[in-house]
Amino acid sequence: MNVIARRILPPVLLGIVVLAAWQILVTALAIPQIVLPSPAAILAETLAYIPVLFSAALVTGWNALVGLVVGSLLGIGFALVAASIRVFDELTTPLVAALAVIPIVALAPVLYTMYGADVQSARQAVAGISVFVPVFLNTLRGLRQTRPVHRDLMRAYAATRWQAMRTVTLPTARPFIFTGLRIASSLSVIAALVAEYFGGPRGGLGTFITASVAGSDYARAWSYVLASIVLGLLFYLAALAVETLAVRHRPA
Amino acid sequence: MSTIETTAPPERAGAGAPAVAVTGLDKTFTTSDGPTQALKGIDLEVAAGEFVSLIGPSGCGKSTLLRIIADLERPTTGEVRVFGTSAPQARLDQAYGIAFQQAGLLGWRTVAANVELPLELHGVGRAARRARSTELLELVGLSDFAARFPDQLSGGMQQRVAIARALAERPRLLLMDEPFGALDEMTRERMQTELARISAETGAAVVFVTHSISEAAFLSDRVVVMSPRPGRITTTVTTGLGPVGERTDALREDPRFFEAVTAVREGLHAGSAGVAGTGGGSGGTGAAT
Ligand SMILES: Nc1ncnc2c1ncn2[C@@H]1O[C@H](COP(=O)(O)OP(=O)(O)OP(=O)(O)O)[C@@H](O)[C@H]1O
Ligand SMILES: [Mg+2]
Repeated sequence: MNVIARRILPPVLLGIVVLAAWQILVTALAIPQIVLPSPAAILAETLAYIPVLFSAALVTGWNALVGLVVGSLLGIGFALVAASIRVFDELTTPLVAALAVIPIVALAPVLYTMYGADVQSARQAVAGISVFVPVFLNTLRGLRQTRPVHRDLMRAYAATRWQAMRTVTLPTARPFIFTGLRIASSLSVIAALVAEYFGGPRGGLGTFITASVAGSDYARAWSYVLASIVLGLLFYLAALAVETLAVRHRPA
Repeated sequence: MSTIETTAPPERAGAGAPAVAVTGLDKTFTTSDGPTQALKGIDLEVAAGEFVSLIGPSGCGKSTLLRIIADLERPTTGEVRVFGTSAPQARLDQAYGIAFQQAGLLGWRTVAANVELPLELHGVGRAARRARSTELLELVGLSDFAARFPDQLSGGMQQRVAIARALAERPRLLLMDEPFGALDEMTRERMQTELARISAETGAAVVFVTHSISEAAFLSDRVVVMSPRPGRITTTVTTGLGPVGERTDALREDPRFFEAVTAVREGLHAGSAGVAGTGGGSGGTGAAT
């Protein structure tokens, strides 16, 4: 409750103020719909299209979720391997660093031809790769934070590798892993959505945004954008909630 | 059953052996800018139940010697026996408890869970663990803090938790590397008195690294004085202040205590005078503990 009051209320209030200013500006200056629709117009459009918006958000959201889960699991898994096997680390880390600077959504058209243009897998793959990078890098960083005194302690206790991992290395890495997941959560939605701009099957928020713009239906395009924002926010808040639950017992 | 005469039961194999026996120990670290000889020709024996302090200027290899006894570091040459077995075997057998200058508590575990850590790692059941940590926290005077987290404790309290953790498995040997280094003088003296009592109560041998002459004199049966570059033992001072367990704050004002302090100080100065160019504060990586 306290968390909601402190962390969520202020941005919501700011949002309301901005929306009010927007509405006043659009009506006062009589700005045409093509340039900037008023919040009221967007809201009307949104309410009218709620079922469509919902099903579109479901398509994009599912792609993002599949990418998020698979990408995160792979990211954490690879980081664990890289942290324990030096050769693997030396081989992969430069590759992942290179991967980090590639705009991954640019891969979407290539992947569409690979998977065939009528399945969602290409989008899920794009989301998965986008997620993999920050999760891998943050987890690996976290796994390297083990303090020497803790490492000595584990050796003094003759702890097995697995025991040391479970009692010291992973708990030390935990905040870093969650930072990675938090970044990844919004990234997965962005990636899944933008991947839709490059073609592929219809039905997601991204395809509807491009279609509405092509049909000069700007208020509707904005209502899809709004739905995308809500979707991204949901993912972020879910990641934040999981993080808060998981680190609850850990003092800062 | 003639073997009874010749073969001691395994748990008593080291009963007659000294807690620590170091012979002809050398340690050279290879670093990017050449080798550093940290220890040279170290011979040291610590009897069971004996309290021995290592003292010497920064960088003379006290921590390194302690870490080698603990098998956290390998000797370059020489032999280390702990209760008659090799150092690696002693580590696997959990023959010692260890405490470092940093308390090294796990911040995500409660105080009780920190004390129970070694027991947990070695498969002791939950109820037995809880009983032992309750007992130990009482011993170090932190019973009321069992459910707290380490960062809710002062530095001195954290250090006491670390000592309780080191005692968890009733080791016959305690290795301590400047455990009171970060404490104020008042807390430090109280901790010293407590440690004297605890070590006598548990009957454990203690190898204790310190920078403080008075701390070494107050706590020890013997003070081993070391000098740097390369680290070696220059003198050993027997304090002769009676059983460690009977040392109380009254001893701090006893003339015999001052004599012991003077003996250790003279040993230290004699040691560093013998080494040309030992400038103050230039003693290797002072941060290495
Ligand atoms: N891991 C290491 N690699 C290289 N050199 C080391 C290493 N550990 C210690 N040394 C060197 O060995 C020497 C002894 O270090 P050590 O930490 O044992 O000293 P110390 O007596 O404990 O000093 P202090 O009182 O400052 O803690 C120093 O010259 C140090 O630079
Ligand atoms: Mg040291």
